[in-house]
This record gives sequence, structure tokens and C-alpha cells, in this order.
Amino acid sequence: MAQSYDPRRLVGIRAERVTDVSSRDFPGHYPGEDHSWSLERFRENLTVKIQRASERSIEFDLVGVDASIANAFRRIMIAEVPTICIENVYVYNNTTVIADEILAQRIGLIPLNVDPKQMDMKLDEDSTDRNTLVFTLRLECTRKPDAPKDSTVPSELYENYELLSGHLTWEPAGEQADVFAKNPPAPTNPNIVLAKLRPGQAVDITLHAVKGVGKDHAKFSPVATASYRLLPNIVIKKPIPPHLAEKFQKCFSPGVIHVDPRTKAVSVDEKNKRKDTVSREVLRHPEFEGYVELSRVRDYFLFSVESESAYLPQRLFPEAITVMRAKLANIRRAAEALLDQPGDTDVVMTDS
Amino acid sequence: MSQNPPNGNPPQSSRYGAGLVPQKEAMEYNCADCGATNEIKSREPIRCRECGHRIMYKKRTKRMVQFEAR
Repeated sequence: MAQSYDPRRLVGIRAERVTDVSSRDFPGHYPGEDHSWSLERFRENLTVKIQRASERSIEFDLVGVDASIANAFRRIMIAEVPTICIENVYVYNNTTVIADEILAQRIGLIPLNVDPKQMDMKLDEDSTDRNTLVFTLRLECTRKPDAPKDSTVPSELYENYELLSGHLTWEPAGEQADVFAKNPPAPTNPNIVLAKLRPGQAVDITLHAVKGVGKDHAKFSPVATASYRLLPNIVIKKPIPPHLAEKFQKCFSPGVIHVDPRTKAVSVDEKNKRKDTVSREVLRHPEFEGYVELSRVRDYFLFSVESESAYLPQRLFPEAITVMRAKLANIRRAAEALLDQPGDTDVVMTDS
Repeated sequence: MSQNPPNGNPPQSSRYGAGLVPQKEAMEYNCADCGATNEIKSREPIRCRECGHRIMYKKRTKRMVQFEAR
């Protein structure tokens, strides 16, 4: 049977406006009800459920938290979960048509397969084998000696005519050869074209990769997208007339509305409800007025996270939580330091 | 542990010394027309030995150039 939600949890969706956007489950809003925060109740309501996971992306539900918390995790995943990226580019030679600056910028964007756990943040100017990886990029384009005479295809005519991310070679330093023995540092994708070359052109570049966060530069962001939306909720108030069933179904995304092939009875597919885009098409038709109510569940977040880094997609959310906890520990320490301070002894000016 | 192999300063290589080119030394230029490499000393006529073209390009510096990948 159709699942129903506490009306207090719903954000109403009308033809031209949304209602009840803010949450009201805080102390003092509802007379005689206790809405003080309790770990017990939070634990009871909190659910995290993975809906789909693949090599590169994950979709999961986060239920029972305030939007501020869900949004904090989303933002942390984008901007504060660290990754490793090339930061310094030392160009010895670059006779390609791509200018040094442009090439350097392109090289910086290459995602590397290095687990950020294995490296330290570079806090000062000192580079060590703990915080810096060295790569070299050397390539020279030449003519193929046995190229067919009338060919115009670069792959037949020239050797090394494309500078690819796969041409990056890692130069182990210090203890790095042991630390990274299992998974030698390299780009996650070896087929990224960085520049195109013609005979006589060459590149000779040394690169330093460091650990960083997305708020410093987008190249450090571990995700391609990290977003959430609220679970759509569709309530059919009274049975849809059979001759309108098909039309009603077409007002929603495919799979959201189920029409019985025999009886033409209309129902909401609870499993596929989340697929709805909440286009509100159904609210445009006068014949469906009063038949259906659209809403979203305010504390039901459908996360979609796409990893574009060394992290497996299922690791990104826990990493975001780790960052959040570190922030909270920091704030706690700061607050306690304030408590320990001696009281304000200054003369305080007040109106008489 | 923490040794200092990837030094924070740009990697120094003996191949490309940062020495200044003394005067009266021949400099290499590329001809803009035929592409031939020409050695031209100071106050010599700027003219390609191969084709006589009078426009020359200076060669790229042999020194390392540092960039931030941003």
C-alpha cells in the first residue's frame, strides 16, 4: 500500500509555489511537544541506505537529518575532502604549439590514482617524500620511416604525435618506492590528450604533485558531482477515471505511475517514486484538479555522488564525515579555550 | 625518515647551467623562412646563410621555467 509520511515532514508543491519549506521540529514551536534534540531519537530516525553503487558513482538515501547537515556533507565532499594533484610544473623544454602556461594548467587537472591517506599535507615550503610526488613527462615527435606516401593520418605518419596523461612517469624518492609499491602513482585515466605534436616538437617537464582540497583549487575536488534532492511524494486523493489513466501516467516520469493493464486502476509505484522529476505537469490539467497532491519529504535526501579521484565512491561520504568531525573537534577546543579565559575586566560602557 | 629528495626548490640540473652568455659569443637563431639554424655574432648582418632571409627567431631558453598548475 502507498507509504504515507507525517504531514509535518512534507514540503508542499503547488502549481506556482512551494509551501512549508522550513523544518519546524525545534523546541517551542508546537505547544506541549518536546522537540529538544536527543541522541536516542536521532538514532531511531537516522537511516543511510545505498540504492546503487558502481565503479565510479554511488546513490544513497540519507534520512532523518536536517538540511543543514546534509548540505554540509555535500559541500565537504566537493571542497574539503583532500586529493593528490600536480601543483608545480618545471618546464625544461616545450616546443609544442600549446603554451607552457596552458599545458601546465592542463597537467594540473589530471586525476591521479594516489590514495590521499598515504600522503601528508604540504604545510610549508619543505618538500619531502611524505608530501610530494615527482613525475616526469618527456616526449619527442618523429616521422615514421615507413609511412605510406599518400597518407594524411597522423598515426600512420608520426611517432609520439600525442602527449597523453599515460606518458607521465613517476620518479620514486626516498621511501616512496616501498610505500607505493602496491599501487604505483599514475593517472586514473591514461588516455587524456594534453597536447598534439608534430615532427621536431618535444616536451621535457618535471612535475610535483601535492595533497590539497577543492576549496583551494577545483582540480583537488574528489567528485565530479555531489548533489542531493528530496524524495518526491505523490498522493492520489481519489481514484483517477479509467479513461484518463494513460494521460495521468504521462504527466510523470516513466515508471513512476503504475496503471493496471486490465482494470486501468492507477497507483504510485513506491519503488520508482524517486525517479519523478516533479515537473508539476499534472497540476496544469484542470481534469486532475483535486485528484492528486504533490510534495517532497523534507528530511529524505537522495544523494548522488560521482567520484573522479582515487577514492572509491562509497568512501567519499565517510571521508566527508571524518572532515566534519575534525572541524567539530576544532570548534570544541576553541570554545573550551574561551571558557578557560579570565573574565572580561574592561570597563563596560552602558547607557546610564 | 623524511629525507629531502624531491627538494622544494625547482630541481636543479647540471645540464642547463644558469650562466649568462658572454658577449661576442655566437647565438643560434632559426630562420623564419627556411627554418635553418644560424649562428650569428653581435653586429653581424642578420641574414640566413641558407636562403638569405632577413627574419630570424630566437631559440627557446635552455633554462627551466617554473609554473603553477592552476
